[in-house]
Amino acid sequence: MLEEQQNIKSWFYLAPALILLSIFIFYPIFNAIFLVFVKDFNYLQGTHDGFTLTENFRYVLRDPNFSMAMLNTMLITFVSVPLSVIIALLISVWLNAIPVKKIQGFFQTVFFLPYVTNAIAIGMAFAFLFNQYYGLINWFLGLLGISPINWVGMGASWGRAMFSLLVYITWLGLAFKIMVFLSGLQGIDKQYYEAARVDSASRSRVFKRITVPLLSPMIMYITVTSFIGAFKAYTEVIGMFGERLGPAGDDRSMITIVALVYDALDRSGVPGALSEAAAAALILFAVTLVFTFVNLQVSKKRVHY
Amino acid sequence: MEITLQNLTKIFQSKREDEVVAVDNLDIVIPSGKLFGLLGPSGCGKSTTLFMISGLLKPTSGKIYFGNEDVTPVPPEDRGIGLVFQNYALYPHMTVKQNIMFPLENIKMDKREGLKKAQEIADLVGIGHLMNRKPAQLSGGQQQRVAIARALVKSPRVLLLDEPLSNLDARLRLQTREEIRRIQRETGITTIFVTHDQEEAMSISDEIVVLDEGVTQQVGKPQRVYDKPNNLFVAKFLGTPPINIFDGRIEDGKIMIGDVAIGKSDAEDQEVTVGIRPEGFKIVERSSFQVEVEFVETIGRDTTLIIRHPDVEVQESFEDPEQEENTEEEQAAFAQEVAEELGEEVDDTKMAGIDIPQQSVQQAKTFRAIVDADYGVEPGDTVKFTVKPHKMHVFNKETGELV
Repeated sequence: MLEEQQNIKSWFYLAPALILLSIFIFYPIFNAIFLVFVKDFNYLQGTHDGFTLTENFRYVLRDPNFSMAMLNTMLITFVSVPLSVIIALLISVWLNAIPVKKIQGFFQTVFFLPYVTNAIAIGMAFAFLFNQYYGLINWFLGLLGISPINWVGMGASWGRAMFSLLVYITWLGLAFKIMVFLSGLQGIDKQYYEAARVDSASRSRVFKRITVPLLSPMIMYITVTSFIGAFKAYTEVIGMFGERLGPAGDDRSMITIVALVYDALDRSGVPGALSEAAAAALILFAVTLVFTFVNLQVSKKRVHY
Repeated sequence: MEITLQNLTKIFQSKREDEVVAVDNLDIVIPSGKLFGLLGPSGCGKSTTLFMISGLLKPTSGKIYFGNEDVTPVPPEDRGIGLVFQNYALYPHMTVKQNIMFPLENIKMDKREGLKKAQEIADLVGIGHLMNRKPAQLSGGQQQRVAIARALVKSPRVLLLDEPLSNLDARLRLQTREEIRRIQRETGITTIFVTHDQEEAMSISDEIVVLDEGVTQQVGKPQRVYDKPNNLFVAKFLGTPPINIFDGRIEDGKIMIGDVAIGKSDAEDQEVTVGIRPEGFKIVERSSFQVEVEFVETIGRDTTLIIRHPDVEVQESFEDPEQEENTEEEQAAFAQEVAEELGEEVDDTKMAGIDIPQQSVQQAKTFRAIVDADYGVEPGDTVKFTVKPHKMHVFNKETGELV
């Protein structure tokens, strides 16, 4: 009897979270799965022309925008994540080595500020940095005698636009990673470093053999979450290129999977568009799942808890 | 490798600009190939001294020589030392083998040769069969051996051990200290170790130095330092149970405690502090030093008599700083309580393992005498003592120096 009462109570406590999750997470997930397997779903009338197993997937895979989006997303993920993890690691090791606490605190703040700044705003700032005529980047290159490059302006090539985007995304990811790594570094017992010193380990060996392994749980955590985040890249593209999703004249050249999903949703009036979005979303989900699984497998061998 | 410390001084500057002199003008010669103990209560500067020898701390002034070489400006990685940290500092992500190999890899030793050397040294310290374990899978004693192996593997000129036994339980401590002694003998390497445990230091060191507040109190062979303490501090610090301290005076060439003469002295008349080792009392037929036994502790081999005496100076304990915070009355009251309880059922096993009541009884105005078990002394008996002259030390009341 008492147990039953307890049961009712616990359900009662769980209810607010469960109700919200059901409305905004569980229902959309099941609905997406449903949408993927119906033909020509009409959003306004809620009708469809029967079921299909693969047609929506095939449609998405044939879409030239999809292959572009897949390429862009993969590039963003596999270039910006490793790069920003490595750079963040080096910066945090450097920060941690600053002997004067006040100076260290100052730089910590500097490096963390981007985290509390809006990604769109930073994107606009970066777009300006890469501006062909007024940008700081071209000004520097000019000092080296290199004539101005059209990074992100009208008619900029895909390669240059992607390069600029990658620089921006890598930089954007640094703040949070530095913070996590730094707190991890500060948790490492100083005696390991003293022991390594007595054992005549060079600085690069200390980094490779002591710091990285002892920090590996943090590195793993950051890598997995950053991979998942990068697969969902969208805001960053908007921030730098606006709703065109590419340099002027080359619309959608920087499209990502999530952007593709939004695109399809924009056309929700067209029968089947929602199913297309659902298919793209599920493909992204599958890709993310596979890579997270791979990540975790690697971590079993490489991470020392 | 003989190690010479010359006017070694370390001053720590704290934030509010007050200075702490951790090590004050230390002048010690550590003989080559010997096991040398740095001994003192916590905060006496012994670990600071060790870390200065290792190079991890820079001395404020003074010099350190390894043999004839001045190593003061040499960084730790180039000093050729092996250091065992108090909590071992084994790299947790490396196996035992990798831990031991690490110093060799750093000096770019050939891998096959390194493995052979690592195995040799692991066998020497008795962990050769544990090479593929991680430190977390080892017991405290085994971890300690790994730490020693890691320190020894690169054939250092000097082996430094910081409180090597403090993280081990009592049984393991006994075993490991013999082990350290054996390893030191077999390798013949000059070894310096730091401890606050005088018994530990005495039992394995070839030579010890007793430090207090950064100042050398006495250097020498353990037995010699025990037998001939330079001052009251050294006398109090060495020995378990600790030396008994009495208020006394010298009168007409006689050492007096209360109205009783217990020995002779050539010094002029003065107030003194008299220290008598617990084993320095002898039960005799006739003597004016006559006392009533309050408790008897039997440990089989011999018997400790606990005797109340008005001239006993209450000693603070070195090992347990928390106890000092209690007031003397509190301690005395607690001692009384415990003593009463235990007094009714004194048996070997019980008394042998219990430290607190013994110490607390000491806090009351009592002293201990260790006598032969054959006397069969019972609580309440009256015994007559003479004091063995070489077990008695007389110190200046103010300075604590030997009279």
